[in-house]
Amino acid sequence: MSLSRFFNNRNTLGAVFMVPAGLILLVFLTYPLGLGTWLGFTDAKIGRAGEWVGFENFTFLFGDSVARLSLFNTLFYTIVASIIKFVFGLWLALLLNKTLPFQAFVRAVVLLPFIVPTALSALAFWWLYDAQFSVLSWALVKMGLIDNYITFLGDPWLARGSVVAANIWRGVPFVAITLLAGLQTISPSLYEAASLDGATEWQKFWHVTLPMLTPIIAVVMTFSVLFTFTDFQLIYVLTRGGPLNATHLMATLSFQRAILGGALGEGAALATAMVPFLLAAILFSYFGLQRRAWQQGGSDK
Amino acid sequence: MSDKAPDTAGMDYLQTLPRRWVTVYIPMIVFLILLLFPFYWMAMTAFKPNEELVSRAANPFWIVSPTLAHFEKLLFRTDYPQWMWNTVLVSVVSTFASLAASVFAAYAIERLRFRGAKQTGLAIFLAYLVPPSILFIPLAAIVVQLGLFDTRWALILTYPTFLIPFCTWLLMGYFRSIPYELEECALIDGATRWQILVKIILPLAVPGLISAGIFAFTLSWNEFIYALTFVSSSETKTVPVGVVTELVEGDVYHWGALMAGALLGSLPVAVLYSFFVEYYVSGMTGAVKE
Repeated sequence: MSLSRFFNNRNTLGAVFMVPAGLILLVFLTYPLGLGTWLGFTDAKIGRAGEWVGFENFTFLFGDSVARLSLFNTLFYTIVASIIKFVFGLWLALLLNKTLPFQAFVRAVVLLPFIVPTALSALAFWWLYDAQFSVLSWALVKMGLIDNYITFLGDPWLARGSVVAANIWRGVPFVAITLLAGLQTISPSLYEAASLDGATEWQKFWHVTLPMLTPIIAVVMTFSVLFTFTDFQLIYVLTRGGPLNATHLMATLSFQRAILGGALGEGAALATAMVPFLLAAILFSYFGLQRRAWQQGGSDK
Repeated sequence: MSDKAPDTAGMDYLQTLPRRWVTVYIPMIVFLILLLFPFYWMAMTAFKPNEELVSRAANPFWIVSPTLAHFEKLLFRTDYPQWMWNTVLVSVVSTFASLAASVFAAYAIERLRFRGAKQTGLAIFLAYLVPPSILFIPLAAIVVQLGLFDTRWALILTYPTFLIPFCTWLLMGYFRSIPYELEECALIDGATRWQILVKIILPLAVPGLISAGIFAFTLSWNEFIYALTFVSSSETKTVPVGVVTELVEGDVYHWGALMAGALLGSLPVAVLYSFFVEYYVSGMTGAVKE
């Protein structure tokens, strides 16, 4: 009796129920998070525990032109890809919200790029971007638009554009389907009321759809920015950071330095350096857009 | 997602047909072509003989003489079947383990409301936001220290770090929607907390469990950076890592085999998704909606 009473107590039972999840998260998430930060302040190498070196890794990285380039690339990649993903994702969501033939099928198919493993779809892009046999180049040559095959991944700016395009392809379905879920919660009566007041399509979008959608846009874009900023596999498969480090993101560079180069401390410092940017992105997109919702008369939460 | 109710269509019927073609159908078709073309291309390449792949004269959009040679090479002359088995094993075990741990955690946070439940819930959400690309270096050190490097256990134990926060967060939302009265009735009738969880909450949360399970399974199937870092020998690799690292030999790219590998590796998640579209979408949007 006393044992069953013990297990029916909310606090004890709650603690017992939290054990499996808590244990795994403490050992494999919280501890490595702390360990990673600590490693960033040491000169640890693979197979050798490090000594505390203070900010040495960070000052070194700050003076390292490749590391600075990777920061620029990461910001460029995140900002450009996120903006385009948002615009096309919202457009696609609005299209999917209309009555379409084969509606359920179309909606299901649209999400495919997000479902399949990114590493594998990135291989398809790698093949599409091939310097000698790219079908894109083939088509452009046949149309008479270009004379020579494009070296998609050979030129720094072309390579940046190409990886951004692949990222957009993968990310648009996620943005579209989540925004579609938001669109479906907007009551049609609002549009009817706007129509009766003589609003045009554009005005309805601007004054009904967008304000009603702002809270979910804030959350979706926070996630999208987070995924894009920390992206790894797309770059690893397509360019490994090349040409001339033009597409190295902070994540891929930290992998190269820490795992391939063995400089655990330096790689960990690079990874730690991503955290402030992530926090800033989360705070900016979350609170920035949240306040807009409030200003336009939306509810606080 | 599937709104059979015609009222969600709103006033679409007011648009004239030519106008609908320009504003809806044509953009939609362009979107579909752009989104699906890489898959078409994957399939084309996988069945195309090598001579056709490198020929610039032929029309690349069609196959003259389809072949299964690339699949034959993949299945019988590489470790591909082994990678497939590893991926299935790792994904299934880590998904079920995470789901079990998450059910308890979500029930404790949402329904037992123990002291500090609110803070724990917030911590779970923050854990969900920690990206693998800032964790993989210290995790690699831990995996080596535990003697798990290059084993499937390294992946089975680390995948829950992103699966548990996601599943717990999603299940918390589902549990919240189950009325308290049901539990109170059961308590008055003398049921224990365990009986309530197993006989009342879980049966009602089945859709949530399926959503979380499907989404978690695809997340583990698609995982790349941990599998790339914690495993080095070919026999322990997963499909995404194996295809990317083992099938590329020097400068000679076997495009046919690569695309066949990508196609086969995508198929299981695509098939699973096609059966559970609604659950998958509700899992994805549920996790974002908070």
